[in-house]
Amino acid sequence: MYQIITGPLLWLTFIVFVVGLAWRVYSYIKGLDWKLDRVAYGTQTSYGVRGAARSIAAWIVPFGSQGWKVKPIFTIMFFVFHLGIVVTPLFLLGHAVIFKMRFGLNWPTLPMYAADTLTVAMLCATVFIVIRRIALPEVRIITSLYDYALLLITAAPFVTGFMAVHQLGDHTFWLYAHILTGELMLLAVPFTKLFHVVGFFLSRGQLGMDYGIKRGGMKGTNMAW
Amino acid sequence: MPEGTFCNRTPVNTQEDLEALLADKGGKQYYAEMEELDVDVPKLAASLKNTCKSRTQTWLDMCAHCGLCADSCFLYLVNNRDPKQVPAFKIQSTLGEMVKKNGEVDNAFMRNAMEVAWSQCTCCNRCGQYCPYGIDMGVMFSYLRGILYSQGFVPWELKIGAGMHRVYKAQMNVTDEDWTETCDWMCEEAQDEWPGLEIPIDKENADIMYTVNAREPKHYPEDIAQAATLFHVAGENWTVPSSGWEQTSLAMFAGDWEACTAQVKHVYAAIERLNPKRVVGTECGHAHRATVIEGPYWAGRPDGLPPRPYLHYVEWLAEALRLGKLKIDPAKRIKQLVTLQDSCNYIRNYGLKNITREILSYIVEPGYFVDMSPNKEHNFCCGGGGGFNGIGRFRPQRNRALMMKRDQILATGAKLVIAPCHNCWDAIRDLEEEFKIGIKWSFLKPLVISMLEVPEHLKPKEEE
Repeated sequence: MYQIITGPLLWLTFIVFVVGLAWRVYSYIKGLDWKLDRVAYGTQTSYGVRGAARSIAAWIVPFGSQGWKVKPIFTIMFFVFHLGIVVTPLFLLGHAVIFKMRFGLNWPTLPMYAADTLTVAMLCATVFIVIRRIALPEVRIITSLYDYALLLITAAPFVTGFMAVHQLGDHTFWLYAHILTGELMLLAVPFTKLFHVVGFFLSRGQLGMDYGIKRGGMKGTNMAW
Repeated sequence: MPEGTFCNRTPVNTQEDLEALLADKGGKQYYAEMEELDVDVPKLAASLKNTCKSRTQTWLDMCAHCGLCADSCFLYLVNNRDPKQVPAFKIQSTLGEMVKKNGEVDNAFMRNAMEVAWSQCTCCNRCGQYCPYGIDMGVMFSYLRGILYSQGFVPWELKIGAGMHRVYKAQMNVTDEDWTETCDWMCEEAQDEWPGLEIPIDKENADIMYTVNAREPKHYPEDIAQAATLFHVAGENWTVPSSGWEQTSLAMFAGDWEACTAQVKHVYAAIERLNPKRVVGTECGHAHRATVIEGPYWAGRPDGLPPRPYLHYVEWLAEALRLGKLKIDPAKRIKQLVTLQDSCNYIRNYGLKNITREILSYIVEPGYFVDMSPNKEHNFCCGGGGGFNGIGRFRPQRNRALMMKRDQILATGAKLVIAPCHNCWDAIRDLEEEFKIGIKWSFLKPLVISMLEVPEHLKPKEEE
């Protein structure tokens, strides 16, 4: 069992993840249409690239945009959530050990307490996001079961991973659960809204190009995102 | 009933049809027919397939349902935070459903979509600014309007408006003869005060070709005289085209892309014919959007630019004041609290935020200008944009929408609102009528004329 889920299944997951996202990027860019979108992507490219970079930068930095500034609590939760998701698995000691064993790679790692803090903070942010979805009428009306399912898929590897690392309960169970839920999450990314791992850059970039080219950028005005 | 006499999928293309539709007062029969209008599902599915590409599809698919767009929408805020006014909900429940069902929707769905598209969104594009993914629901609603229009589900006034463009190449029944006659008449009137003033028609190779909003020749001809006065005093070598003078596009509000294209090409043809160095348009937001911002794309210009540099009126005015072509008498500057309406169409969507403020720095005594909050590209729609002002059926919703601007203006304490945009100007006039808050509102032209320092050689000669 362990051999399969950490061997062929893991490789399959990585391949689907990478190829799936590459396909997302390719099909998005291929589907851009300067006439339908009314943005001169091809001829005013330098203005467009500049606009895209500004647009992405404003939103990827905490409190970088007006939208983040007016919602400080949500913004903090949002960044804690995303930081936890991205940083923890990439720099976890346990993952780095596997890297070393399998590929002989020396990978930078986070101290354990930092990984724990990030995981717990990320899970707290998840709870906050769930409560927010239920409590605020303007969020509730657009929330569907799908949104909760995605939160579950996203949080599961972190809950199970935390249990496994701290040897709580049946270690083998939590370890296997962690590997499988982690793979499920990675597999879900290209096929669900989770594709925003690339989609954010594409979509924010596109609107940035629109503003950078047509909506003021060529007039020398920087959009105050 | 598949299609009605008035409410159908065919745009208005003849004067006769236009008059018949106009005769249906308030669109009584038109809207009755709409209740029975069938949806042409294959056509709808085909147009979605051809036009709903990756940008729009991604916007619809990726929306994280976070609700951050809610507070960005003034219609959500003025409607007691009704969750049904959350932009994401509005677009997902209309265009989103339509795409999901691949066009398999019924009459009731389309009528609801029409109501949402024209009474719950003014295409101000503020939500896209506040969405982490940059999902611009104003752009999507404009797209949805196009689909609804092609299926015959469009407010009566906008079917007429688009028809006007098709028949008259203007948003109102103003012919080229009406236009040139109005110019001649206004020229004569203005000459009483400004000897030597001219409104040169069809002058080739001028420095400036001037274009207007058809409402000006139709209802506010003095605006043309004012524009002429300012060009005259500034010593500009300018002209107006006898045809291709109308810069607006109700077709854009209606979603009639074919009419938009024909309209803008008509203006561009005038530019090519008269070969001016630059073009200047009047104080109108959507005219600029239609002819300068979106127009190049409708006309199929790959560089996304009009055939010549095309300035909004505020750009020309700021330049004339900056270069000293127009001089302001400091004693006549505005010395009362005054605020400024940032028009979505050329501030948020064209970046002229500092240009209008530069003008105010010349014409307002320091300390008297109070910005609204929020302002510049974060400003709220006047309440009547995107065609909202003109749709009788949605007048109650429009009047409610004005409350945001009313409260923004009241908070400044200003009694004078400068609104260099026809739509904003109308909305602010209507909000004063509706709520009586004791304000005045104005375009820039009359204000600037009232405080000009007139060069000696242009002054009228003393009568002997």
